[in-house]
Amino acid sequence: MTTKIAVRGLCKVFGTAPAKALEMLRRGLSKEEIFARTGQTIGVHDANFEIEAGEIFVVMGLSGSGKSTLVRMLNRLIEPTAGEIVVDGRDIMRMSRRELIELRRRDMSMVFQSFALMPHLRVWENAAFGLEVAGFDAATRRERAMNALEAVGLKPYAESWPSELSGGMQQRVGLARALANEPSILLMDEAFSALDPLTRSEMQDELLRLQAEHQRTIVFISHDLDEAIRIGDRLAIMEGGRIVQIGRPDEILKAPANDYVRSFFRNVDLTRVLTAGDIARRDQITLVRHPGEGIRAALRQLRERDREFGYVQDARRRFHGIVSVESLIGALERSNGNASLADAFLPDVAPVASDVSMSEVLPLVARSPYPLPVVDGNGTYVGAISKTAYLEALGRSR
Amino acid sequence: MKFELPLGDLVEAAVEFLMRHAQWLFDAIEIVVGGVADGIGAALGFPPGVVLAGLIVGLAFYRVGWKFAVFAAAALAVIFALGLWRHTVDTLTLVLTATVIALILGVPLGVAAGRSDRIESALRPMLDLMQTMPAFVYLIPAAMFFGLGKVPGVIATIVFALPPVVRLTSLGIRQVPDELVEAGLAFGCTSRQLLFKVQIPTALPSIMAGVNQTIMLALSMVVIASMIGAGGLGNQVLRGIQRLDIGLGFESGLAVVLVAILLDRITQSFGKPRTRSARATARSSAVPGKEKESADRRAVMQPAEPGA
Repeated sequence: MTTKIAVRGLCKVFGTAPAKALEMLRRGLSKEEIFARTGQTIGVHDANFEIEAGEIFVVMGLSGSGKSTLVRMLNRLIEPTAGEIVVDGRDIMRMSRRELIELRRRDMSMVFQSFALMPHLRVWENAAFGLEVAGFDAATRRERAMNALEAVGLKPYAESWPSELSGGMQQRVGLARALANEPSILLMDEAFSALDPLTRSEMQDELLRLQAEHQRTIVFISHDLDEAIRIGDRLAIMEGGRIVQIGRPDEILKAPANDYVRSFFRNVDLTRVLTAGDIARRDQITLVRHPGEGIRAALRQLRERDREFGYVQDARRRFHGIVSVESLIGALERSNGNASLADAFLPDVAPVASDVSMSEVLPLVARSPYPLPVVDGNGTYVGAISKTAYLEALGRSR
Repeated sequence: MKFELPLGDLVEAAVEFLMRHAQWLFDAIEIVVGGVADGIGAALGFPPGVVLAGLIVGLAFYRVGWKFAVFAAAALAVIFALGLWRHTVDTLTLVLTATVIALILGVPLGVAAGRSDRIESALRPMLDLMQTMPAFVYLIPAAMFFGLGKVPGVIATIVFALPPVVRLTSLGIRQVPDELVEAGLAFGCTSRQLLFKVQIPTALPSIMAGVNQTIMLALSMVVIASMIGAGGLGNQVLRGIQRLDIGLGFESGLAVVLVAILLDRITQSFGKPRTRSARATARSSAVPGKEKESADRRAVMQPAEPGA
């Protein structure tokens, strides 16, 4: 592993007299005291970390913790007050305007929370924006933009206007625009936060898939624990402009550095308040059981959506059981194609009642190999609780 | 004892001073403005009236739609029938000349004001003055510096019609969502590229609204400028007033209104976004992020409560 980005002693002070505020910081005064005395605001204080090539590094924190400022300092959209940022062995703080622009054109791309697509450009022109700015000829621009759009599955929409696309599709264009330059570093500022939960997890999968195909160094800003754990190789947790802990998700989970970090991961009280019904999500595939519903159809549905499990209910939405790709294939092989969905049910599926508390559900979710099905008093399927859904509920209940 | 602030005397002295010592400057301006006016006048006057009218109707059809094209044809026919065609062409010449020069001056000024608070605050009082000073007042120095005729008329018109395009260009540049500017910079735009590839295209609807306003103000001023011999439809209106000829006044007034409608609709069509929903997205793609973004920024600016 080689170090791609090394950040040392990085500080940002917003205000007119940053030197004074830095001096006070060195003396150990808090952000609040400095603000009260000088009116200077500490954006980021003394950030130190190294990011390996090919790593997804997630910076997490609440609003105002300085994470957006931090990521914008990496490409100097926000000028750091002090410190150094070494990318591939070169300190970008010492770069001239010209070199910095070259770096932004070639090595670093950015994806924005609000997509930030140019409304006057077509989808492919948006994807080609970085290339156009960098001065590539028209044919190259078009070709590379189309390749990038293909990578995110939007090639058919190349001639559309951004306004004609849904939020998720717009962000795919944002991603394509960032990929078209073939950068070695992607900066993603809350890139999926403006999307609805389903689209968000879809985009997370998309990002992981792209990352598996072509390793880039990704700095991902998020305030969503589920997202951070799902995509992050390592997390950095920020509080009030400082990085309070850096580590792999499980390391942080096991040994949180302070209460702030702990609060991201756990809140005992609320797990007794929230119930399984509260946190169950309807984002699993449901298969309706009726005469003639074939195993092949179920299998195709699961494969099309790239899911492993399907939740079987009847026309009145009563829960019947769970099938998996494996069990469906098994049943198919056993029966020469005449099997019904019931033949493929996984054994020992015990749905949990929707009024059971979150803390009681925890061991069940932990043990269950599939998202735990939840039913109400009438046996109607309410949703399912995956491990990530459970964790996200924990993260939200800070 | 009576004391009066001798401001009027001062202005008079200044004008006289300029006339004595800066006549070369006014001559130069006169040559340029007169040249542009003659060029545009020749271009409009060169084809037979029917051809020019046909071009206008064609433009109305292409930019707005067939219904408006029918209206345009009818309006131009009325103008022909009233025998006001020649005057209308004169008026169009004045309006286009003033507009072209106002845009050449105004758009760059607006861009500069949009990018710099200092320039904006320096320009603002001047624009306020230009816009609110009664239009007739411009006629006096214009006539003193440039005599009577087209050129002083055009110059008074430029002064009166310049503010909207400057203001709306500046506003348009300022309203470009922050994240678009950020995106532009993040992908390696130089300052120049940022202006031409992000800010101006995004501000275009606003800039075109300014162009439209400038044209409409120019038209209204051109009528007034007939008082110093600018000619055109205004002249006919003026003649109507002087002779108390209500018929003539009404006919030429109607022609002015028709020209105004034609100019307004056609120039407005250039300000429309390219797709019906493009403007809506500019908004929708900006809003959720912008809200968050600025909230985040605000939070950065203030001490956050720890471990909330």
